[in-house]
Amino acid sequence: MTHVPPDYEFVIRPTRGWFHLDLADVWRYRDLLFLLVQRDFVAKYKQTILGPLWFIIQPLLMSVVFTVIFGKVAKIPTDGLPPMLFYLAGLLGWTYFAQTFQSTSATLVANAGMFGKVYFPRLVVPLSSVISNLIALAIQLGTFLCFWMWFKFFTTAGSTFGFTSDIVWIPLLIVQISALSLGVGLWLSALTAKYRDFTFLSGFIIQIWMYMTPVIYPLSQIPQEWQWVAVLNPMSMPVEAMKYMFLGQGVVIPAYFAVSVGMTAFLLVTGVLLFNKVERTFVDTV
Amino acid sequence: MWIPCKRRSLISIFVPMSRPIIEVESVSKRYKLGQFNAQTMREEVEQFFQRFRKKGEAAGIPHAPTNSSEFWALKDISFSVEPGEVVGIIGRNAAGKSTLLKILSRITEPTSGEIRIRGRVASLLEVGTGFHPELTGRENIYLNGTILGMTKAEVKAKFDEIVAFAEIDKFLDTPVKRYSSGMYVRLAFAVAAHLEPEILIVDEVLAVGDLNFQKKCLGKMQDISANNGRTVLFVSHNLTAINAFCHRGVFLDHGRLTEHGAISDVINAYVSSNLHNKDQTLSVFDAPRSGGDQKAITEAWVENKSGQVVNEALIDEPIFICYRFNADRILKNPGYGFGVNDMLGQRIFSFANYVTRGEPFADAKEGVVVCCIPKTRLLPGQYIISLGLGERGGVSVDYIEQALKLQIISRDIFGTGKMFEAAHGYVCVDGEISLRDA
Repeated sequence: MTHVPPDYEFVIRPTRGWFHLDLADVWRYRDLLFLLVQRDFVAKYKQTILGPLWFIIQPLLMSVVFTVIFGKVAKIPTDGLPPMLFYLAGLLGWTYFAQTFQSTSATLVANAGMFGKVYFPRLVVPLSSVISNLIALAIQLGTFLCFWMWFKFFTTAGSTFGFTSDIVWIPLLIVQISALSLGVGLWLSALTAKYRDFTFLSGFIIQIWMYMTPVIYPLSQIPQEWQWVAVLNPMSMPVEAMKYMFLGQGVVIPAYFAVSVGMTAFLLVTGVLLFNKVERTFVDTV
Repeated sequence: MWIPCKRRSLISIFVPMSRPIIEVESVSKRYKLGQFNAQTMREEVEQFFQRFRKKGEAAGIPHAPTNSSEFWALKDISFSVEPGEVVGIIGRNAAGKSTLLKILSRITEPTSGEIRIRGRVASLLEVGTGFHPELTGRENIYLNGTILGMTKAEVKAKFDEIVAFAEIDKFLDTPVKRYSSGMYVRLAFAVAAHLEPEILIVDEVLAVGDLNFQKKCLGKMQDISANNGRTVLFVSHNLTAINAFCHRGVFLDHGRLTEHGAISDVINAYVSSNLHNKDQTLSVFDAPRSGGDQKAITEAWVENKSGQVVNEALIDEPIFICYRFNADRILKNPGYGFGVNDMLGQRIFSFANYVTRGEPFADAKEGVVVCCIPKTRLLPGQYIISLGLGERGGVSVDYIEQALKLQIISRDIFGTGKMFEAAHGYVCVDGEISLRDA
């Protein structure tokens, strides 16, 4: 272990209040963070034949199902874009959000055994989920770009879409989605620690939430006077923006975006504080 | 780099290093009993809003007591530990040992009180925390090491030592789910043993693994404290190990600190804590009988030399096995018998006045019989005491095969910190080994 100065002193006492967040401690455990990412990644597809190919297959299958059900059967319009590409673009951000939400919301309960036996900053675990899902997102992004090029250069629909210059904002957009999924996930995780009802709720929330988000339909399908309702959902703008950046179609309004970013910031900060508060004694109640 | 530190190092020269490395000050821990349900949730929500309303006077206890029942796992515990000490924490089940360790390892927080820790802590409350069955031994060494607080570079530096200690080099790249349980435990302990914190907190992890490995672990821990001057807190039920390994002890009883000091005093306090009042003798009237014609034996108990009723005794401490009898007739030339069996029902020894006394006892209808054994020298463990009452001519009046339980507790009688174990027999006789000139 690293050298400790002679006057090092650590005080354990009951904490009152909400603002005892020790981010320096999280930084000290950064090696653990990356080993947990590695563990998630390696362990997930051990003893499977296709291995990490599943990262590609899952969203592809989803898109095919959506194309058939929502495109062909329900005939929901896709802003004139090739349906397959439209769904893939919508699913990019959404899948990342949903996966991260589900793994972070399970943090406290799924790791109760380990948390009951050893101390490390608990925030390391949900952060590692965010990062390991980021790797999955990168793989999906690669797949998406392959399809994008195929549609662009080998089909007649090629002229109907294209990148917009706003694509340079994509890293920030991903940061926002990460922050939002982490914030909401931490809220759920903290609530689940004491009342397991929220475990059942989290699966339900994510399903409902997808239909409230313009993943399978464009925001333009919602009448203008009702669009503000859809925008109260902080995931609407990021998903719509992702389609807009890659395909050039979508309703992105700066004021709506500001609302989404504001809500994200609020959910992240309160989520982290609540998680941090609950985490201190949660092994007593789990 | 050293200039800003100069003042600090001067201070550390002139101020004697007598500051305790751990100071525990009136620490208490409360648990809530019962289920969490809609009512507890409503209470919490109400409390939350109440605190907002009365912000001015809000500096009270974080969770105001509610009508749900509570349990104090620790109550007002204070003690301190000097650097380099090895402290044994003893107590019976539910005495609060685990809670204390959890608070010291920052797994949970105390309800009130304060602990100052002047050094990095590594706690080993379980071997193999965070091991992932799908990962290989190599991957798990890194993962487990960082979970326990090492950096990746530190694990790397110790990697070869860890592998050598665990004796698993052939299986390094096999997933640990294919390991035998022995290999798994060896690997897990090896990682933990190579942590280098100032303070090491160890729960009864040594109870796992085979005997040889347990010895190796104890040896390693002794090494850590003796050669590296580290502070160790050690919880165990194995009093022989505690006695050999620890300098000082803390004895917890029902959440309170009963004794704190030199290890021999603490062990004595522990052993004598199970005393009952004289009137708390055990009624054996309803115990099943294995012989005799009546239920003449009514009560039985074991006393120590101060006349207190006990169910535990040190290996070399005098014990007095007593029973009260009340027969339906005057027994002519009565015979009083005692036997001690191990838990498997094997008789270790017997004691009876027909054998040990030249002259018979006077005729009696009732009375209290006492059998004094100056030193049982039984190996530490649980024993069952049998009681018998007879009459002239070998007539059995009453016989209880399983009347009392007695726990024999180890003491370092040879002054070596070692004691014979179950594999060595039943008793530990007096004696000595020496070499004679050829």
